[in-house]
Amino acid sequence: MNRLLGPLIGLALYLGIVPLLIHGSSYWLTVFINISLLAFTSLGVWLTFYIGRINIAQGAFALIGGYAVAVLTTLHGWPFWLALPMAGLVAGLVGGVVGSTILRLRGVYFAMLTLCLTEATRLLALNWTGVTQGASGIIGIPTPFGGDSSYLQAYFFSALLLLAGLLAIWRITQCRMGRVFRALQAHEDLAASIGINVAQYRVLAFSIACAFGGLGGAVLTVFLQSIYPTSFNVTNSTDFMLYCFLGGLQFVLGPAVGALVLFLGFQLLSALGSYQALVYAILMVLAMLLLPNGLLSLRFSVRQKSMREGQV
Amino acid sequence: MGLAPTYLGSVMSQIIVNGLMLSATYALIALGITLIFAIMNVMNFAHGQMYVLGGFMVYYTYGVWHWPFALSLLVAALVVAAVGLILERFFFRSVLRRSRREESTMLLAVGTALLLDSLALALFGEKQRGVPDVVSGVYHLAGAYIPARRLLIFAIAAVLTTAFIVFINYTRPGRALRAIAQDRETAALQGVDVTRYSALGFGLGAALSGLAGGLLISTDAINSGAGNLISIKAFIMIMIGGAGVVSGAIAGALVLAFSEAIGYYFIPGSLPYLLILTGLIVFLLFRPQGIMGRRWG
Repeated sequence: MNRLLGPLIGLALYLGIVPLLIHGSSYWLTVFINISLLAFTSLGVWLTFYIGRINIAQGAFALIGGYAVAVLTTLHGWPFWLALPMAGLVAGLVGGVVGSTILRLRGVYFAMLTLCLTEATRLLALNWTGVTQGASGIIGIPTPFGGDSSYLQAYFFSALLLLAGLLAIWRITQCRMGRVFRALQAHEDLAASIGINVAQYRVLAFSIACAFGGLGGAVLTVFLQSIYPTSFNVTNSTDFMLYCFLGGLQFVLGPAVGALVLFLGFQLLSALGSYQALVYAILMVLAMLLLPNGLLSLRFSVRQKSMREGQV
Repeated sequence: MGLAPTYLGSVMSQIIVNGLMLSATYALIALGITLIFAIMNVMNFAHGQMYVLGGFMVYYTYGVWHWPFALSLLVAALVVAAVGLILERFFFRSVLRRSRREESTMLLAVGTALLLDSLALALFGEKQRGVPDVVSGVYHLAGAYIPARRLLIFAIAAVLTTAFIVFINYTRPGRALRAIAQDRETAALQGVDVTRYSALGFGLGAALSGLAGGLLISTDAINSGAGNLISIKAFIMIMIGGAGVVSGAIAGALVLAFSEAIGYYFIPGSLPYLLILTGLIVFLLFRPQGIMGRRWG
């Protein structure tokens, strides 16, 4: 019960107190909508880390999901609620196909290649003008959120999506599949030696991760009502990864905490004008140096220490 | 009728010239990142940002203050090497010592890239910058046009690349660096000052990237946001050639430079890079360790 207390308080804050405080300000609602959706997208990166791969391609899959939902709703007239799962499915399938080849790489090689993949996807969106309209992008994407409370609707939708994503990832880590994933993270060859189909499981994990990227990118696109080849780029891909790392890789809540602190921190630094990005980067590097295991390791390390002392 | 072979011949020689010109400077970039990777086991995500820094050093010293080009290149190399040394001393050394996980050094590398990116933006602004030609004139060789400034850049880069290879193969510090790359602990047991040489390797790798930036700004313009793109080029080269191997860096530079030369000659716009990146993924399917690389893992 004690373990659930923290997350439950966070949930109450996020679904109750926060919207109560900011419901009048479209700026702050937009900030928190972004946080929810970026955190949701980062959950995919977290899952890829869970099988021992550093994923800097999530921007690519957010872009794929964004274009999928844009093309389906504007060109083919699909309703949003049908196009959204389709966007996740498309991103997941593309992730499965691409993943079945690139997941053979490990370590920094996989990281470098996924970074290149983000750039390749941007170039594909730029050159595949028949579908993506090239550099002019797709604009005027219909939104399901309307009326006076459209921002508040989007806030609750994004927050609930994040909650669903967190529950799904948490559930995955608790079942047999999660144990297999952890085995892959620890040692792939050893996992293979006890009869785990390594290739199949890592493609499965990567597909789920990419589907998260596709869904997150799709909702962000619909919220902004436009998409361009640069909407999700290399910077976004590294951001998604940084959210996971700085939140804490050992915790399912890590990406959410990372996205919250970093995105909110960046907004709060906007008073610094042109030095905003610089101060943000300095603070981030300091956090990496001082908290190598992420922000969530702060309170957990205290508890683990007391537990260790208790055992002695 | 007689036109076709001559035309074809001049196209061929123009492509060969373009590829060769580019490959020497690309070799500097690839050698720098592969050196840092071999010595420190750190993938330098800030490599492109170091290139940008070197380019801007030449822009200010040569383009704005009209120093001699050779002197401004030297200043660019020294400044970027100093940045590399600072990053190594205060960021990477402590994290490498206490962390056993590859992820934390990679995260730090990404963080330093972000830091240098925003530093460049704050210091140098967003504008695209170029410098006046160091030498003017155009040579005509076997149907290909060679601008004199490109030839000069090529010559300097080729000399620097050769100097680096001689240094790493035939000098005492070069041998120490190779020893560390092969086996860090054994090198330490043989009396190699691993800490000092690691710093040297990092500074040298950074300086090579800064030199490449300083050289290429005199033929292509540069802007403070170009870092990520250059890093991607560096990654492509060492993935093609194999990370941590000198010959692999050269091979990767040649392959990328000639792919660009061929691609941009026949296809305009951004399509060549899409093809290069697609080709890279297909290539890695068959040879994940690159042309010269050893199998890992």
